[in-house]
This record gives sequence, C-alpha cells and structure tokens, in this order.
Amino acid sequence: MNKLKSREDLSALRAKAEKRIANIKCRILICAGTGCLAGGSLKIYEKMCELCGKDTDAEIVFGPEAAHSDSDIDIQKSGCHGFCEMGPLVRIEPYNYLYIKVKAEDCEEIYNTTIKEGKPVERLLYKMDGVTYPAQEDIPFYAGQMRLVLKNCGHIGAEHIEESLAFDGYKALEKALFSMTPEEVVNVIYDSNLRGRGGGGFQTGYKWRQVARQAEKTRYVVCNGDEGDPGAFMDRSVMEGDPHKMIEGMLIAAYAVGASEGYIYVRAEYPLAVSRLKTAIAQAEEAGLIGDDILGSGFSFRLHINKGAGAFVCGEGSALTASIEGERGMPRTKPPRTVEQGLFGKPTVLNNVETYANVPLIILNGSDWYHTIGTEKSPGTKAFAVTGSINNTGLIEVPMGTSLREIIYDIGGGIKGGKEFKAVQIGGPSGGCLISTDLDDPLDFDSLSAKGAMIGSGGLVIMDEDTCMVEVARFFMNFTQNESCGKCVPCREGTMRMLEILEDIVNGRGTMEQLDLLEELGNAIKDTALCGLGKSAALPVLSTLRVFRDEYEEHVRDKKCRTGTCKALSSYVISPELCKGCSKCARNCPVGAISGQIKSPYTIDQSKCIKCGACADNCPFKAISIA
Amino acid sequence: MDYMTIDGIKVPIEGEKNILSLIRKAGIDIPTFCYHSDLSIYGACRMCMVEDERGKMFASCSEQPRPGMVIHTNTKKLQQYRKLIIELLLSSHCRDCTTCTKNGMCELQSLAYRVGVHAVRFLNKKEELPIDMSSECIVRDPNKCILCGDCVRTCAENQAVGAIDFAHRGSKMQITPAFGKQIAETDCVGCGQCAVVCPTAAISIRTNVTEVWNAIEDPNVRVVAQIAPAVRIAVGDRFNLPKGENAMGKLVKALRIMGFDEVYDTNFGADLTVIEESREFAQRLESGEKLPLFTSCCPGWVKFCETKYPEFKDNISTCRSPMGMFSPVIREYFAKKDKEEGKTTYIVAIMPCTAKKAEIHRPDNFTNGRQDTDIVITTQEIIRMIKQVGIKFDALHSEACDMPFSMASGGASIFGITGGVTEAVLRHLAPDKDHTTLENIKYSGVRGKEGMKEATVKLGDKEVKIAVVHGLKNAANLLDSIKAGTAHYDFVEVMACRRGCILGGGQPVPMGPTTRTARMNGIYEVDQLSSIRYTDENPLIDRIWDDVIKGHEHELLHRAGV
Repeated sequence: MNKLKSREDLSALRAKAEKRIANIKCRILICAGTGCLAGGSLKIYEKMCELCGKDTDAEIVFGPEAAHSDSDIDIQKSGCHGFCEMGPLVRIEPYNYLYIKVKAEDCEEIYNTTIKEGKPVERLLYKMDGVTYPAQEDIPFYAGQMRLVLKNCGHIGAEHIEESLAFDGYKALEKALFSMTPEEVVNVIYDSNLRGRGGGGFQTGYKWRQVARQAEKTRYVVCNGDEGDPGAFMDRSVMEGDPHKMIEGMLIAAYAVGASEGYIYVRAEYPLAVSRLKTAIAQAEEAGLIGDDILGSGFSFRLHINKGAGAFVCGEGSALTASIEGERGMPRTKPPRTVEQGLFGKPTVLNNVETYANVPLIILNGSDWYHTIGTEKSPGTKAFAVTGSINNTGLIEVPMGTSLREIIYDIGGGIKGGKEFKAVQIGGPSGGCLISTDLDDPLDFDSLSAKGAMIGSGGLVIMDEDTCMVEVARFFMNFTQNESCGKCVPCREGTMRMLEILEDIVNGRGTMEQLDLLEELGNAIKDTALCGLGKSAALPVLSTLRVFRDEYEEHVRDKKCRTGTCKALSSYVISPELCKGCSKCARNCPVGAISGQIKSPYTIDQSKCIKCGACADNCPFKAISIA
Repeated sequence: MDYMTIDGIKVPIEGEKNILSLIRKAGIDIPTFCYHSDLSIYGACRMCMVEDERGKMFASCSEQPRPGMVIHTNTKKLQQYRKLIIELLLSSHCRDCTTCTKNGMCELQSLAYRVGVHAVRFLNKKEELPIDMSSECIVRDPNKCILCGDCVRTCAENQAVGAIDFAHRGSKMQITPAFGKQIAETDCVGCGQCAVVCPTAAISIRTNVTEVWNAIEDPNVRVVAQIAPAVRIAVGDRFNLPKGENAMGKLVKALRIMGFDEVYDTNFGADLTVIEESREFAQRLESGEKLPLFTSCCPGWVKFCETKYPEFKDNISTCRSPMGMFSPVIREYFAKKDKEEGKTTYIVAIMPCTAKKAEIHRPDNFTNGRQDTDIVITTQEIIRMIKQVGIKFDALHSEACDMPFSMASGGASIFGITGGVTEAVLRHLAPDKDHTTLENIKYSGVRGKEGMKEATVKLGDKEVKIAVVHGLKNAANLLDSIKAGTAHYDFVEVMACRRGCILGGGQPVPMGPTTRTARMNGIYEVDQLSSIRYTDENPLIDRIWDDVIKGHEHELLHRAGV
C-alpha cells in the first residue's frame, strides 16, 4: 500500500474500499472472535475459502476501478458478533442471514443453497418460540440492542484496514485533523459528556481538557485494555473486531491534547486482541495514518502495545502506567493525578477501549446527537457482557438507562431452564448485587452508585434461585484477595481476613460475631484502602450482606445452605419411600459410606460421606436428595 | 496568610507539602508507618487518614493543604479504623514481643498500645519464613515485616542500591532481595539505613555483643576499645542526656566499669588518616593521576563504588579508614607486651556504622594476613551492654582515654560528619595554621546538609576543585556526571549515610530533624573545644610514628594489595 500523504489520498482510498464492498455480490462474514474460534470457526473459514476457490491468506487488492475481482464473493474473518451462546456464527450478506452453531460440515450446504442460490439454510437459522429468524437484525437478541460502538463488530473483516475504511473508519480523524482545532475536539468531547466506560464513569472531556492545559508539553495517551473482571469481554471484542475504531479514538485524543505518543496496555491473556491490534497498527502505519505528519496535517503520532502480565490491579490507572514503565504494578497515592503526572511522570490521557471507540462517533455526529442516546447524565450506549444463568449469553450494547429487565428478558431470552431470577452481579468483583426489585430501574452510572453497586466495565453475571449468595461473595472475595497488590494494609490484610471468615461460613464454622466482623472489615476497607480497586474490594460482600443477610444467617445459625451449593452444610439422604434397594448408590460411592440390604432402603453414613454427589447422580429412582 | 482548620485549631499554611506536616505542626502526633519526609510518599499504611467536613476520608500524607480546608484527625470512625488496621497488622505479625530485639522501641508495639489494641481477633496463619542471617551487618526477619516499604525506598531512593524490593502479591507479598536470594548475595553495602527506618525488627543490626562479653571474661585477653567520633554525641540518647551532648567521658568510664582494659579514641586513627590521605592527595595532584581522589573512610561507599562503579575503583584512596589504620597500630604497639605477658590483644571498635562490621573482614584490611579489628559493635549495641550491666550512665563521672592514644585534633573529631574529612585534610594541607585559615575552610562550602557540596580551594598555586557528597544516591549522581564529562573534581569525599556518620546505621533511632541538628552541633562543638585543631599539632602522633609506624607505613596504614 502506498502511504497516504493527504486528505485526498485518504478519500481516494476510501472510495476504492467502498466501491469494492458495493461490487461484492455475496459477502460471507465468519465470526473469528475468541468464543467462535474456540468453537472451530477457523475450520469453517478454511472450508468456505476452499469451496469458493479463495486463498485463505488473501490480501485485499484493488483492481481497476476497484471492481471486485474473482467470482464476486468475499469471505472475511470478522470480530465477535456478540451472540456467543449460538456460536460459531456465520453472516451472509446481502441477505443478512445469520447462521448459528455452524460446523465445517455445514459449509457445503451453505455454499450450494445460499451462496449459489441465495436461499437460506433453514436448519441453521435462529428459532425462538416457533418463529424462525432469517435476518440477523430481526433476532430478538439483536433487535433490542443499539449497536453503535459494536456496529462493525461482526460486520467487517477484522484484519484489513480497507474493511474499516469502507465502513467510516478514520472519517472522524479526517474531520478532526482538517476541520477542527484541538480545542474544538476537546470541547465536543467535553460537551458530549462522554463518561469513562472503564468503571469510574469520569468525564472524558474533563480529563482531556486538563491534560491539554498542562504546562508540560510532552504528553501521552494511554488505552486501558486490561479488562480483568471475570466474565467481562467488551473491550476484547472491540479490540478483536474493530481495532481501528479504538485506534482512531486514540489518534483523535492525541491530536486534541497535543500528544505524539500512545500506549495500548492489553492483557497478555488476550492473544487474539494483541495480534489484531498489531496487524491494525502495522497497517495504519503503512497507510500513513500512524506516523509522522499524518496525511500532511503536521500531526504525528506513534502507538505502542504493552502486554500486561495478568495482574488485575494493573487495570488501575497508576498501576497501569507503572507497569508500562517497567515497575511493579502497584497503585500510587493521588494527587498527583494521571492527567498531571501519569506515564513517565508526564500528563496522560488514560481511557479504556470502549471509551476511545465512542470518540469517532461523537466527532462525526456531534455532541448533540450523542445526548439523544441514553440518559441525561449518562449519554450514549454501554456494552455489557452477559453471562451466567441466562439463555443468551454474549455481548450486547444498549443505550444507557436500559433496564435490567429488558436486558435479561428481552435481549437475554430470560433465565436458563425457566428458573427464578435471583440477582445479578454488576461491575465484576468491584461491583455489587442487584435484585428483583431493581429489575426495572435504569442502568446508568449514577443510579447504580446510589445503590452501592457500579456499572464497572460492564460485566453482568446473572444468577438464578439455585445460586448461594454467600458462596458468590466468597468467590469474588477470593478473586480480589488473590488480586490485591499487597500495598495498603486494609486491602492486603483485610481481604484475606474477610475471605477466611467467608470460608468459615460456607464450611459451617461461622459465628454471628463473624458476620459483624465481616461488616466492620468491609466498611474499613471501603473507606481506607489506597486505590479504587481496594475501596471496592468489599462491595460484593457488603451488598450481599445487606440484601441477603437472611442467607448468611442461615449458614451461620442453622448451618444450612438453601441452595445446596455449600457442600459442607448439606447432606445427602436416601428417601426410604423411593429407594428400591438396587445398591447402585453403594457401588458408586467412592468412600463406602452407603450400606444396606438388597431390595430394602439403603442409608448413608454421614460421618463418612464426602458429599461428592455420585450417589444422587447415579440413582435410577431419584431417591437421593440434598437436605 | 492562608489557614486550614485541624481539629478546630487554625493552622497557617506555610508551604508545607502535605496536610500531615500541618497536623504535626498543630501539635498532633498523627501516627504513620510509611511516611518519612526524605522519602517519596508511599501512602500504604493508612494510619494518617483524616476526615473532612463531608465525611470523606483520605491519607493526609498524600494530600496538599488547601486554604480553608477543615479536617478532623480523631473522629470515632478514624479511631476505629486505625485500631482495626493495627489489629490487622498484628494479626499477621510475629508477636514474640518480649524476646524481640526491638522490644520497647518498636513502633508497631507502641502504636498498638497507643490506639488501644488489647486483643487480636484473627489467627496468624502465615507460614514462618526463614530469617536471613547472611549479612555481617544486618539481619532480616520477614516474619516481623509490616510491608511499609520504608527500607525499599531508603535503599533505592537515598542509597541508589536497590538490594531489596517487593515480591509476590496481596497477602503473600514480601520484601526480599530479587529471586529470593539472601541479602549477602546482593549489592547491599551494609549501610544499615534500612534498619534505621524499619519500624519493627524486620531489619535489625547484626549484634556482636556476646563476642565482646566473652573477650572481657577471658583473663588472657587484653580488651582494647576504640571509639569513633560520632558515637560520643549519640550514645547519651538512650540515657536521658540532652541530644547531641558529648558523652565521651562517661562512655570511657562505663567501658572501664564493664571491664575493658584499654580505652582509646578513634580520632587518633583519624589523625593518621589525615596525614596519609593528605600525602596521597598531594602526590596525585602533583602527578595528575587517578583524579579525583575519592576518600576511603566509609566502607559503605567503598563497596558501593566497587560493585556499582568499578571503573572508579582506582580513584579511591589507598588509605585505610581511621578504624582500619588505628587497629594495626594498636596491635603493633602491644605486640611486645603481649608476648611478655602471654596475652592477646582483642580490639573492639565502637562505631556508629553497620558497614564497619563487614569492613574488618576485608582481606585488604588485614595486616600480614591477620585481621586487625576483632569485632565491631555499634552505638546501639554499646548502649545495650551498658544497660545490661545496669550502669547509671547519666550519673557517671567522666574520665579520659588511655595514653598514648588519648589525644586527637579537632579536625579528626569532625570525621563523623559530612565534609569533616575534607575539612581536616584542607587544614592539614593549608600552609598557614591560624584562626583565619580555620574560618576560611569552615565557610568554603564543605559544611551543611545539602546532599552535594562543592568548593574550590587554593593549595599553593593550584585551584583545587572539591566535592562533598553524602547519601549514596548523591554519590551515584556525582559519579554519573563525572562519567559523562560534565563535572571535574580533584578531591571527592563520600559518606554513604546522609549527614555522615552522625546518622549512621548503628546510631540510636529515631533520628528526626531535632536529633540531626543536635548531633551536628555536638560534633562541631567537640572540634571547637579542642585546643589542637590541626592534625600536625597532635604531639602524640610523632611519638607513635617514630615508635611504631616508621618503616611500616604502607603495611599498617594502607589497604593491602592496592
């Protein structure tokens, strides 16, 4: 590719890229997000390429007039479509068919029926309540969403800058560089009230304005791609599916605040995101969209990737910059804030992936447009990773202020197995629990923090009636305890003690005094910990303790876990009425705890029982249950 | 004037860098573990949390004072939290307080008492970690560490050594040399500044008191003490004497009561150093080789240079330290007598310094293959010995040191403070020995607490450029600029510890601003009260030179093999 030297060069290339897409007769987008790749989507890609007579490593080359060359068929590896529950996914345009749970063996039929004849393969389409949904956009999971940031995810090839350019990529950069001053860019972002999508919800424009005002002229823009919450993968999907959008956001930020260097801090556990980002940066450099004197505007920018070694705490701003500098990833005291002295002690704009990906949209459409989406104080959309006991797990994007009910029941398809909704853990291990009475309240930054929860990065773990809330609290405390950096005393020692107490409780050793101690520790950590992660470390415990105190008390006082999750508190019993005396349970018991006479009811010796559940799983008469 | 209100007290803001300083200015002793004014702000112990009017809590060490701010330092909530934090620290801490070397001096212990922690509701389930006894200077007991990081920052920020750092995360975090090595395997220079800032006994001075008592007990051993210049103005700290008071006379008396046979003043050794180092400097100036000349009195500095800046190794003076010169001279002096009486001379050096404990084992400090100084004990250890015996130190009548090493110049006595060695050498090299010369040298720029001092002095027809640095970080900066060619000196004095030996790793703690100033004044007073200010006026030197040293100058006074 020739380096683009001017705005005109870029327009010309974009025109070619758009024309190429327009000339395609049939476009096959095979999801190559982490989930679908694990489901074997690469094999589907290879098979499709073979059937269509394509080279699997084909570069995008523009022929004369950008006419699409061979056979008018285009096959792309796209990023995540979000409907991970149904993967691997294949989308075929112009029909917009979405094929679900596709296997390599299905490719021939897809090729013959759809690609050759334009007809859908019925059996691969999504069906719900007797209705078949051929078009992706009609599926309730998608129909209830508003995909702005994720618009291109799944709809463009994730490994070619030409794909991005054909779908508005770098249009906002062009606008910023050639028709806006840096101050104007900052003002638009400021006026849009774009709030940080990484958890804090801090005003992005305010950060930019502060960095732009610093006396120090060496400045950095840093992207936080260290998405560490269990069950969250919003940022990963953007980095994998539409990396140029985020890079464009960073370029605009750099232009706005006068930075000429940027870093993307991404977890090493996201190898695909790292490789897609590397590809994207290399292609943007080759195209002259990153480098010196970008498009002849005089603005220069270099972008580096830093891989995080897996410490959750490195998602905290000052720990993240310390890690990039090669220091131990530990948060430091503030002030000075990152905007004053961030990376290498210089003023730094630090935003997360989703925040940067919002920037091009706002620059292109203006801040007034942005305010038409979402709520008054939390404009725009928010991506959520929906996991747990829900029918449609996956990645969604909805306007801020959407209710949990809409997310869980309309988009998410309700609770798995028709069970009763119990709670949702929002904001990961730093967040809190929302319960059925919160279902109709709007999800936005302020209404959640009023409830002692937080939107966090957008992880939603849905829990049903079979979930033990004490065990959930223990699980999250175990996570934060392991991930505490160890710097400040309350977080280092306090979370360890809280975990010990929670372990006592789920193992039937808890006391009522310990419940008070748990609360005392939780409040102390919340008020005295050094960093944001520490301050929020106790929130899952505090919020479950508030909402589900009766469950805690049952564990402690009655030594009972109503869901049967806490093995130490449950015992397996054989119903004498249902038992036929077949001896199968006794034969399956690994510790010889079950005895009896053939054809008469068997019994379990509770002192020997290790509560593995092998007896109950193997009983042909469902005579064994947890009591 | 701007003010803020602390617990109802209106406090003027006078350029303080944090609220914590203002709180202390207001007369409230807010507790801290991890705050030291000369280290970077770490903010980990959370003891200095305060609450503002809206109930927001923050650490006062890391917050800047703003006019009109209203804060409270002792609300019920804060008291509760402080107590809980101490309880949490204690819960993971070895609680053998009664047998701990820091008993009665431990900041964790005293704060636990102060905030009223009388029970710990958690069991200590920490795996017991091995104690690191590999160093001759310090002992690391990780089981007593509260992870305040003071040692880490001292070692890295003030000393540019970085022998220890944090490893592992969360409740498994430890302070350790890299890769779990022992401290002796690192670049540790033994300066002991980590032990100075350690609030508990996680890092303590390696003690050699037992060896000294054993020697005293043995009738066939002649136990000789030599007392370094900085010991006398610090030893009284633990005996209710005014800070910085010269307690040399009382210390001499105490040593005699304890059973030392001879008590000498290391200042005599310092006078020997002045002569030899001046001679060496004059030679190098003449030849123009191996300049700048670096002083060699400080073993922490010598090791630092050897490990971190080996390219400057040959610039270090070949002179032994005052202690290192004095011991072989003492031994030589007693050689005949020892033979006649069937005794051996055992030399105990009482030093403000932990690194001296390692210096005596360096082969280049041996004479004819024999170790010269038998043992080094620090000021803290001699205090402990005096307390063991039960001597009422403050009530002692002062006595003088033994002949023939009882006299020294004032120039020798200021070896204990930064700039002192340089000042003594300049006095020695000055052609006119009058009062004006003394004053001129005093105000040449060698005195003061700045980490890096420069002076230009005229010696004969030469303009001599001098640098005086203390604190190894300052030394590292200086060496870097010499290496880069941006700085040129003829003579450089380096002391590993900030302010020199008066704040050495073996001195009694705490060493806050008042103590520092008092010790500085104390040591200069020793000089001012000396009738002999110049080394060449010391009448005993000539005698010893003729009787003992003559013909053996190199083997007794210079490092072997250099």
